Amino acid sequence: MPSAEKISELPDIAEAARDPAAATVARFEIRYSRFLDPKGKAVRPLPDFAADGAELVALYRGMVLARAFDAKAVALQRTGRLGTFPSALGQEAVAVGIAAAMRKDDVFLPSFREHGAQLWRGVSLVELFLFWGGDERGSDFAEVREDFPICVPVATHAPHAVGVALAFKLRHQQRVAVCAFGDGATSKGDVAEALNIAGVWRLPLVFVINNNQWAISVPVAQQTAAETLAQKAIAAGIEGEQVDGNDVIAVREAVARAVAAARDGAGPHLIEALTYRLSDHTTADDARRYRSDVDVSPHWSEDPITRLRNHLVGRGQWAKADEERLLAEVSAAVDKAAETYLATPPQQPGTIFDFTYETLPNELVDQRRSALGAAQE
Amino acid sequence: MSEINLVQAVNLALARAMVEDDNVVVLGEDVAAEGGVFRATDGLLTRFGPGRVFDTPLAENAIVGLSVGLAAQGFRPVAEIQFTGFIYPAIDQLVSHASRLRTRTRGRLTCPMVVRSPAGGGIRAIEHHSESPEAMFAHIPGLRVVIPSSPARAYGMLLAAIRDPDPVVFLEPTRLYRAAREEVEDDGAALPLDRCFVLREGTDITFLTWGAMINETLAASDTLAGERISVEVIDLATLKPLDSDSILASVAKTGRCVIIHEAPLTGGFGAEIAAKIAERGLVSLLAPIERVAGWDTVMPLPRLEQYYLPSEARIVAAARRILAYQ
Repeated sequence: MPSAEKISELPDIAEAARDPAAATVARFEIRYSRFLDPKGKAVRPLPDFAADGAELVALYRGMVLARAFDAKAVALQRTGRLGTFPSALGQEAVAVGIAAAMRKDDVFLPSFREHGAQLWRGVSLVELFLFWGGDERGSDFAEVREDFPICVPVATHAPHAVGVALAFKLRHQQRVAVCAFGDGATSKGDVAEALNIAGVWRLPLVFVINNNQWAISVPVAQQTAAETLAQKAIAAGIEGEQVDGNDVIAVREAVARAVAAARDGAGPHLIEALTYRLSDHTTADDARRYRSDVDVSPHWSEDPITRLRNHLVGRGQWAKADEERLLAEVSAAVDKAAETYLATPPQQPGTIFDFTYETLPNELVDQRRSALGAAQE
Repeated sequence: MSEINLVQAVNLALARAMVEDDNVVVLGEDVAAEGGVFRATDGLLTRFGPGRVFDTPLAENAIVGLSVGLAAQGFRPVAEIQFTGFIYPAIDQLVSHASRLRTRTRGRLTCPMVVRSPAGGGIRAIEHHSESPEAMFAHIPGLRVVIPSSPARAYGMLLAAIRDPDPVVFLEPTRLYRAAREEVEDDGAALPLDRCFVLREGTDITFLTWGAMINETLAASDTLAGERISVEVIDLATLKPLDSDSILASVAKTGRCVIIHEAPLTGGFGAEIAAKIAERGLVSLLAPIERVAGWDTVMPLPRLEQYYLPSEARIVAAARRILAYQ
């Protein structure tokens, strides 16, 4: 990806005066923001919420929990006890930063690498294990009942976010829809259409691009010729900006600003969070086929969790004992959830029919009967 | 009560549904001030305002996709796709999301939406305006596929579609929009979405059809009636879920069957019906099933479309072959 703080070449204003027939009629700039450098040192004054050590510790816990879930999910997959799983290793700050900036009654529409956001909002570890273990009940969230389930076909949930935000607007509710997707999604028409409509209708909708630089094996440079993905907002008449996606403070601050503006009727916003996919695309992928460890290893030094921990330690708000206590707590929660998942029997076979329609048509009643007959044979 | 045509019946049902339920919203391309290119949404903007009737930017995939979001939030969007030839980008949303949101979330989120679209040929329209893709939709689990063929059925079935808790693809035969008028009482009475309609009772042969082909089919049955052949004509009206029982009962009575549809033959919905009859009604057949359908060609432009669309003559010929079968 291009360097930070890229500002497109500014036109010569005097040009219009010289030749009104050839004036520059539009120009744009994309701002980039970061609060913590990779070592956890503040590079500018922190936003208000970061003055509170407890708030930062909560963000830290959210990222540690996401990573612990991630590691457990990969381990379960490797031992044949979970389906194919897309790790979010190294991208925890994007997910947690988004969720921490939202209100509970906002609606989140995730892609498939935002477990950290789902967990923060109240989706349970057991539900996530169930979903990735191949059980639809994992998307029947006990909390956040209006949040959308994980979206596997890339970008296709972006228009849903438009509909959800339109519902808020039509009902005069001060709620915001937040839609996350990856860099690859920005190549699809769904995202272009969603940005465009959100702009026209000034919807309370925040798009977050979880730019981990890779769409499976294809790097961003092969995805677009644009300098930034954030500037895709500009053509839709909405604001776009970049943040350091490995700086959870930056993500939370930018999303909170966008969400607050959207809630106040200022319309949609696009945030491109720059991060890096440290893992394979999924457990079914072998990234060494298309990128070398030499390419990946420098990005470990940008790890969002280490960064925030160093910052907290530097502020005297985190000690070894805190770390040990947190890891023990999180690990116990994840292990317990995994056990619950593994001990959960599959649904009854008849349930494959039962939610196709509210009321089963006769043909499906017949098919259900044959299926269950066959299952018992 | 007054005599209205099919497109007016659609309009009447939309207005009725919007009065009944504030969650019903109408959206699409040119549906607001324009009132729809066929005037199906005429007057709704004035009556219900821009919060209930709105134009979308020109993006069919997003029209259906954002309707999924609205529906998940409890609205009942009625989205218009201007012509069925433009609906293909939106099939992704219908297949990947609208039809499976209930199943995926175990009923937590649902998708009570209607996608309306004028379908079929015979109006001398330009390229891509005369498609009959109903079989594509009928293949998608979780959808309902409805094609009314009269003003009264358009009114009653559209009301049912809007009230239905699941997504409905509602294909309106363009050729019939202004072809005939009948009295339609605006009484809010819905028609069932799981039953076909016996338009004529008969004993010698069954004609199964839907959409605009109703006209040619009825004409063929008139011709045969002149030869003392008694034809039972059934309008399927709802392709999914299919009312197999009524079809099988008719074939059991007549022992002969012609399936007529405008869409291309191969993989057309007629194949599904023929298979159903073969599976469950073979012993009652006195002759092979015939299908009279569009050819397996690209829909021709208007100067040749008469050679594509199944004609009364083709239907009569098929019936005669079956009746002569020994």
